[in-house]
Amino acid sequence: MSNEVVLELRQLCKVFEPDTPRALQVLFDIDLQLRAGELTALVGPSGSGKSTLLNLMGLLDTPSKGELLIQGQATAALDDTRRTALRAHHIGFVFQFHHLIGAFNVLDNVLMPLMLQQGKPNQEQLEYAHYLLEAVGLADLAQRSAKALSGGQQQRVAIARALVNRPALLLADEPTGNLDTQTADEVFTLFEQFNRETGCATLIVTHDPLLSARCPRTISMLDGRIVS
Amino acid sequence: MSLLSARLWIEQRIAWRFMAENPLQTLLISIAIAVGTAVIIFITALMNGLQQNTVNKTLGSQAHIKLESTRLYNRMPAVSLDQHRILLETQRAQPLQRIDSWQAVMQALDAIPSLTAVSPIVSGPALVQRGRASASVIINGIDAQRYQKIVDLPSNIQLGSYRISSQDVLIGSELAKDLGLQAGDKLRIQAVDGRTALVRVSGVFSMGVQELDSRQIYIDLKQAQTLLNLVGGITGLEVKIDDIFTAREWGARLERLTGLHVKNWMDNNSQLLNALRSQKMTTQMIRLFVGLAVALGIASVMAVSVVQRTREVGILRAMGSTRDQILRVFLIQGAMLGAIGAVFGMAGGYVLVHLFNGFGARLFFVSVHPEVTITALFIAICTGILAAALPARRASRYDPAEAIRYV
Repeated sequence: MSNEVVLELRQLCKVFEPDTPRALQVLFDIDLQLRAGELTALVGPSGSGKSTLLNLMGLLDTPSKGELLIQGQATAALDDTRRTALRAHHIGFVFQFHHLIGAFNVLDNVLMPLMLQQGKPNQEQLEYAHYLLEAVGLADLAQRSAKALSGGQQQRVAIARALVNRPALLLADEPTGNLDTQTADEVFTLFEQFNRETGCATLIVTHDPLLSARCPRTISMLDGRIVS
Repeated sequence: MSLLSARLWIEQRIAWRFMAENPLQTLLISIAIAVGTAVIIFITALMNGLQQNTVNKTLGSQAHIKLESTRLYNRMPAVSLDQHRILLETQRAQPLQRIDSWQAVMQALDAIPSLTAVSPIVSGPALVQRGRASASVIINGIDAQRYQKIVDLPSNIQLGSYRISSQDVLIGSELAKDLGLQAGDKLRIQAVDGRTALVRVSGVFSMGVQELDSRQIYIDLKQAQTLLNLVGGITGLEVKIDDIFTAREWGARLERLTGLHVKNWMDNNSQLLNALRSQKMTTQMIRLFVGLAVALGIASVMAVSVVQRTREVGILRAMGSTRDQILRVFLIQGAMLGAIGAVFGMAGGYVLVHLFNGFGARLFFVSVHPEVTITALFIAICTGILAAALPARRASRYDPAEAIRYV
């Protein structure tokens, strides 16, 4: 089970504005596999293509060349609707700027991925959302407006939200980049904890060498290529 | 409906929360829509009231359709086979002519459900005398029971009562003034060829139309037949129909059916109809432009709202919402704005109408038909959806990766 390949990249390339004088290739022939249960750090200097790669993995963007398989399913040729469905079922996202939806309360933010797919959440899903909020230490704030939380709290809600649809793949784009050291440490601990508990493949983009050192596997990028 | 609302549950919720999060914007655009809707409802009610009033006044004193005996023409034979005349008919004087088999025609017309009233009339010129005063009038021999469904004389009786018999006649108020007549007074009627009858004025009516009140007298059908030398016959049949604006069609149909000469009120009052039509067009133009202004208001608010929500759209897309869902969120927002505005607008429209009836010039009464408000609500919702369509489409096309980074 733990060896199952969740995400596989084959010869993945990304060119921005192809066929124009401004064409810019940011990813070159990326080959990569992420397995269930793996906790991986993605490091590299700014502009090395980390975010672009993350967007491709999350099916938010389409590769210019190559193939991307999520749980064995090829995605390069899929239309937007199918990619959206795959994203909804298999992928959880955490962004740097925690990106909650301010118009909703904390619990609704956590439940949002489920509600978008099926409407009203059922009892079991509600309980799971409460469990996740408890696990990130915010059970008391479930009914609070998302806007009223501190940065660290918002990021913990975002983690709970990313996990609510029990994804096979959790992608985080500098989730601690905006937090103070202690909060960053707490948030990172949550990633480790959920990675252990749920067995989802977790990829964290980070600049913090202390944090990346805590990941069993580290991928380094430079100028659009994986260097180690 | 419940299936639809279950399917759109999350879209509705997001749309509603987005609107609630920006209450001032929502309030302002709702007021704009409400004002527009109120104006449309009020002006529609006002125009309908005005037109109804005008039509009622005009048609209150005349039949919708009149059937008369066929016109007479001078017919000229062609001069010879190889010569042609362009005109084979010329006008000639029309003497009083009788429709003889009118009972059969009336029976046939009675059987048609769209014709709400049919009444025979014997109509012709005469002189009335009282003492040394005389006046030329038109005598109308009627069947009192049937005729009151054509012209509501009973409720326009000023003096006396609505009673017509061989002794009792009704005269107009102006004529009564000219001849110094009161209800109960005697009156001599003299027909053109010298026949006379002595009758009593049983009632004086006032239709508010000079021509009628000074020249018309209503007498018993049989007596008119005798006076005008048309015993057994009548000069016309008057008809009311359920939908007054089908008078032309029904006129043509009745002409084919009976072979009689048919006149309808629409041709007889073409000026009035033109005025009504121009009024209607003006109203429609006003409604159209008010509606357009409201639509543009919704569209501009939605355009701003969609830009404001760029980042949220990106997040929703990253969390698995489809493009169609995003589209629906903003369409629903447009529909909700339209609906909220329209509900307040409906209330505003009723208030305006109420104020007009209570404190206006009180020239005529205006009422709001429920279907006008339902239509206004429906149109406001559709306008909201249409106005939101372009901005919503734009939002649904956002590239999620870019939208998330939008600040």
